[in-house]
Amino acid sequence: MTASHRKAPGEIRARRSFYWTHVVEPYLYLTPAIVLIALVILVPLVIGISYSFQSIMLLRPKEAAWAGLDNYVALWGDRMFWIALENTFVWTFGSLFFQFFLGLGLALLLNTRFTGRRLFQALVFLPWAVPTFLSALVWAWLFNPLIGPLPHWLAALGVLSEPYNILGDPDLAIWGPIAANIWFGVPFFAITLLAALQSIPSELYEAAEIDGASAWQGFTKITLPFLAPMIAITVMLRTIWIANFADLIFIMTGGGPANSSQILSTYIFTTAFKKLDFGYASALSVALLLLLFLYAVLVLFLRRKVVRV
Amino acid sequence: MATWQRANPLMRTGKLAAIAFYLCFALFPLYWLIKIAVTPDRLIYTEGTALWPSEFTIGNFTTVIWQTDFLRFFGNSLIVSLSTAAIATLIAAGAGYAFSRFDFRGKRLVIALMLLTQMFPLLMIIAPIYRIIAAMGLLNSLSSLILVYIAFNIPFATFLMQSFFDGIPKDLEDAAMMDGCTRFQSLRKVILPLTLPGLGATLGFVFTAAWSEVLFALMLIKSNASMTFPVGLLTFVSKFSVDWGQMMAAGVLALVPSCMFFIFIQRYLVQGLTSGAVKG
Repeated sequence: MTASHRKAPGEIRARRSFYWTHVVEPYLYLTPAIVLIALVILVPLVIGISYSFQSIMLLRPKEAAWAGLDNYVALWGDRMFWIALENTFVWTFGSLFFQFFLGLGLALLLNTRFTGRRLFQALVFLPWAVPTFLSALVWAWLFNPLIGPLPHWLAALGVLSEPYNILGDPDLAIWGPIAANIWFGVPFFAITLLAALQSIPSELYEAAEIDGASAWQGFTKITLPFLAPMIAITVMLRTIWIANFADLIFIMTGGGPANSSQILSTYIFTTAFKKLDFGYASALSVALLLLLFLYAVLVLFLRRKVVRV
Repeated sequence: MATWQRANPLMRTGKLAAIAFYLCFALFPLYWLIKIAVTPDRLIYTEGTALWPSEFTIGNFTTVIWQTDFLRFFGNSLIVSLSTAAIATLIAAGAGYAFSRFDFRGKRLVIALMLLTQMFPLLMIIAPIYRIIAAMGLLNSLSSLILVYIAFNIPFATFLMQSFFDGIPKDLEDAAMMDGCTRFQSLRKVILPLTLPGLGATLGFVFTAAWSEVLFALMLIKSNASMTFPVGLLTFVSKFSVDWGQMMAAGVLALVPSCMFFIFIQRYLVQGLTSGAVKG
């Protein structure tokens, strides 16, 4: 400060303030965030990756040692891993498909005008505010034939031969959590797509209507092209998020019966939480991370090829 | 689009049907939760699948509140969620302000790092976090949970705050600074009051996220005294899985704080969330 008084007015002060506003001051605001993220997320992330090359079982602490690629070799030969991988695909794309189309429908509906629209919006977005553990429990109860109506309805419709709990059926168990996930995730897609819909200038529709375009043409020629970039990015982020999302399955079925609904993320959690085998859990996490990374690269590559904005 | 649809009576019926479908789909599970919670125990099996109970009771709620540990779980969750929300929002406001108002060296790197934390499986760090916290002797403490939740929520909250700051014209603080405020003063006296709704929404999001988190809480909290609500409820479910009425009454109680915040934030959802959600 004292030094700047001796210099010609403007000159040094300008450079100092450039240095100040571009290097020092922003970091005054950012430091707490960066420090916390680095300490609680990034450092453990690196440690976690290093765990995948070690043998760390809390129940057998004396055997802790570097294990090279042992965990990955075990993973390659682990039948459970491949089952979980297959289930991850069913879980992710089963949930995503219905979430997306129901969410798109809801967004289109909310983008029109009708009486009570604001109340309707608040009510249909409500599932999104329900804590995930509670969504899981509520849906588990709905599927329980003792106190829930769903098995009876499904039996009446002929989907089930008799009203039993599908969460105990190895062929159907994974669809229980998927139903809960759809219920929970539709509002998210609706919110995102609605915001994108509202950013489309209404003049476009007016012009199209004057030129004699039908509602369907308006949808395919104006709405969809405008939504496409938003859809691509939302779907990609959501896929990753759903693939990582273990809460619903863990609470509703615990991955069972007989691992028929185990996905990779629940397998990671079970391995860490119940078996306390941190080395193998970390190897599983790294495998999941690599798969998600490959997926993201693929989607971004396709997006660049297909959507030219 | 509105005019197209008003013209066609078939479309109108379809629209009403769609509205009814979405309402039922969204509300039925919650209705069922509340229904079982207010049904007296002796009627649960005989009227298990009836849409409307023939008698009501609030007995399940009073039992849950006064004769179980849920009041303590509720208190623990409230402490964890409120502290997480307050601290994370404060830190995220600073970071969001920096992203919104400064152009600085390393900005892209910091943003990339924050995005990274949104992409990879958070379960990946559950083992290292457990060992670090165990080594520090902080297992079973609420503060360790608060610390972890704050870090998890900062990236999303930062992008959310940034989008709110972006919506406030820069001229306002330029004017304040010209009138002799320092940058921090202009932030405190001019910008923050304008972004109060944004701060409120961010608080709400972080609170709801912390209130719902269950996997890390299961891992880090084993003692009854410091269980959060989700962990307590899950333990209760696995131990006393026949007390349907009480479990659902506890579930309804867990719903209350999230829903209150939701009612408050839901009108900011579409305008505020989207820019944050898509980036984060």
